Amino acid sequence: MKTIADLKIGERGIIVNFTDEDLSLKLLEMGCLPGTQVTMTHIAPFGDPVAVKVSGYVLSMRKDEASTIIVA
Amino acid sequence: MKKSPKIALIGNPNAGKSSLFNSLTGLRQKTGNFPGVTMDKLIGKWKLETGDEAEILDLPGIYSIYPKSMDEQVVINILANPKHPDYPDLAIVVVDASNLKRNLLLFSQVRDLGIPTVLALNMIDVAENQGIVINSVKLSRELNVEIAEVNAKKGIGLNGLRLAVNKTLESGYNSNDTLPMNYSKELVEEIKQKYGETDDYHALLWLAEHDNLRQFDTQQRVGFDELQIKYGWKTQEAQSKETMARYAQLNEIVDNCLHEMPVEEEPINTWTDRLDKIFLHRFWGYFIFLGILFIVFQAIFTWATYPMDLIDGGVASLNDFLKSELPNSKLTDLLTDGLVSGIGGVLIFIPQIAFLFLFISMLEETGYMSRVMFIMDKLMRRFGLSGKSVVPLISGIACAVPAIMSTRSISSWKDRLITIMVTPLMSCSARLPIYTVLIALVVPEKSTLFGIFNLQGVALFALYLLGFFMALFSAWIMKLLLKVKERSYFIMELPSYKGPRFAHVALTILNSTKAFVFEAGKIIVAISIVLWVLASYGPGDAMIEAEKKVKTENPTLTGIDLENKIASQKLENSYAGVFGKTIEPAIKPLGYDWKIGIALITSFAAREVFVGTMSTIYSLGGEVDDENSTVMNRMRAEINPDTGKPMYDSALGFSLLIFYAFAMQCMSTLATTYRETKSWRYPAIQLFYMTGLAYISAFIVYQILK
Repeated sequence: MKTIADLKIGERGIIVNFTDEDLSLKLLEMGCLPGTQVTMTHIAPFGDPVAVKVSGYVLSMRKDEASTIIVA
Repeated sequence: MKKSPKIALIGNPNAGKSSLFNSLTGLRQKTGNFPGVTMDKLIGKWKLETGDEAEILDLPGIYSIYPKSMDEQVVINILANPKHPDYPDLAIVVVDASNLKRNLLLFSQVRDLGIPTVLALNMIDVAENQGIVINSVKLSRELNVEIAEVNAKKGIGLNGLRLAVNKTLESGYNSNDTLPMNYSKELVEEIKQKYGETDDYHALLWLAEHDNLRQFDTQQRVGFDELQIKYGWKTQEAQSKETMARYAQLNEIVDNCLHEMPVEEEPINTWTDRLDKIFLHRFWGYFIFLGILFIVFQAIFTWATYPMDLIDGGVASLNDFLKSELPNSKLTDLLTDGLVSGIGGVLIFIPQIAFLFLFISMLEETGYMSRVMFIMDKLMRRFGLSGKSVVPLISGIACAVPAIMSTRSISSWKDRLITIMVTPLMSCSARLPIYTVLIALVVPEKSTLFGIFNLQGVALFALYLLGFFMALFSAWIMKLLLKVKERSYFIMELPSYKGPRFAHVALTILNSTKAFVFEAGKIIVAISIVLWVLASYGPGDAMIEAEKKVKTENPTLTGIDLENKIASQKLENSYAGVFGKTIEPAIKPLGYDWKIGIALITSFAAREVFVGTMSTIYSLGGEVDDENSTVMNRMRAEINPDTGKPMYDSALGFSLLIFYAFAMQCMSTLATTYRETKSWRYPAIQLFYMTGLAYISAFIVYQILK
């Protein structure tokens, strides 16, 4: 399964589902809805955290948080 | 309609809430405290259409009414409880037009709580630059709410907002009553029966969040737990479903009212993108961060000294003036040496606090701060801290007081608490004079490391590093000890870069400084007075005896020398001196005698008192800074009565250095920790763990080097 954590810089994906129920609510509230396009924009110097562009703004999250978002 | 309605500003972080607050209220605002929590509350006055004054409450930014951190919890405690003293008569929900859908989620929740709501549509210019055009008339009709288009930063559209507020206050509640998601009516009825009449959405909010709502007691919470079991209620699932249902509804509305111009596939390379390429770079990112730190410390250590000297001089001449004008009495002494000096000790911190908040709020305003957190998070997380702890730790090198105040930006309570607890281990500027004196005593001046580095400088740098690593180590220990349910998130917005709003920066500095002077100041002044009393009075007529003894033993001494001798003898016989002798057995294993004991006691309130106390004890008067060498010479000449060798050998010197590096000897820091955690528990833990750490480390150092 591909998740946001697997995206390379500039790579895009469409959010399909979440694997962590606790986190999914927070992510939904931040505008990460299934069907939304995300673009990987930044990866911090030690590979963690990462930042993605989603619904018009840049959202940062830790890698383990990004790996709960399944993309296609 | 109420004479002075309460209006709450609600909105996502970075939606322009604080800008709107400042535009509406200007300088007519004051800080207060939310009952029992750590966040400051900002209240201002705003004149309405009717001529009445509304009370505007600026609430912390939230993304939804389901809180994920302590500062968000503040908002929910108010909104969930219609009987709360801060419960608003009307809510202005500030919405970022460039991110409409996400912002409207919160709007729809607030409105369903039955609070009359006005929508302030902000950042329309930003949206238009992204090719987004919003038909706000249509949006107003579809959402059934009054909408005012505003530019919060420039203060445009405030009259429209005034009209919208007025209309809504007159017409009252404007929701269409049905909630977008499915829920059990039976369950809601049972909640209302047990917990009082309310609307359906409040009932569901209580059920979901009861554990964190202050309005319910333990028994009521158990009742909610039983209801959850009875109806098979799952909070996470229900909230996710509700959020999805809201988005589904909003999608339709937004699609109808929003026109997206065809822009190029990938948005044009904006300023933010270009700057992020540098600021988040694996090398330049850290390089620039260090460069900015360098400038900040230059400012705090050099620029701030001018106003600090002015304040110091001002307080001293006020003291002299009072002493010469007022009759020579104990009351005058209390006023001058106790009260005025105490207040001076508070005021002297203002320049450093103001400078630090100037830089911190500028970095926050521009959006740079979230980039620092982004590049530091991985490194800090290993020690139980988070990317958000970097700023307070660095500020701690100047002064722990503003540093602890700046932890408010950390949303996770656990991360924030650990940061508050370890920040005072960073070597603050008050330790610098102690380090200077003691290093000069024990490290030879002429010696160098590898022939290039001055060994005294290396020792000083090592002490700063020692503080930093001890802070990381303590954080790591606390991470293992602290069991907090709260989950640490790093899901946060990286806002686009903006020019700082100077009015906002100025207000931040003003409010933070004011909070420090009045809150921490009260306690500092109280302790100063107590210390003055202890050092000026002795048991029985010990003080008078001491003066007589000096005069008979030194008949040839006159003037300043005599006064110094008397002062020193008086100190020995004062309560402080008695305490010094009392604690001598306890500090003997560290190599300290009763004189150092007095210094330890007097520097409990503020460690910078150490050098002053030492110079008094070794009967030196006048300004310590001017005669630094003589303090050192006197200390160097001091002979240990037990061994007959110099008192300040390297064992004692390093033992003292380590002690002062780790010990919690700062009333202002403890007062600030109390203020920020709203509990005496944490300053007490801070006092004991740091002082314990200092004692044990100093003991080990002394015993090894002895």
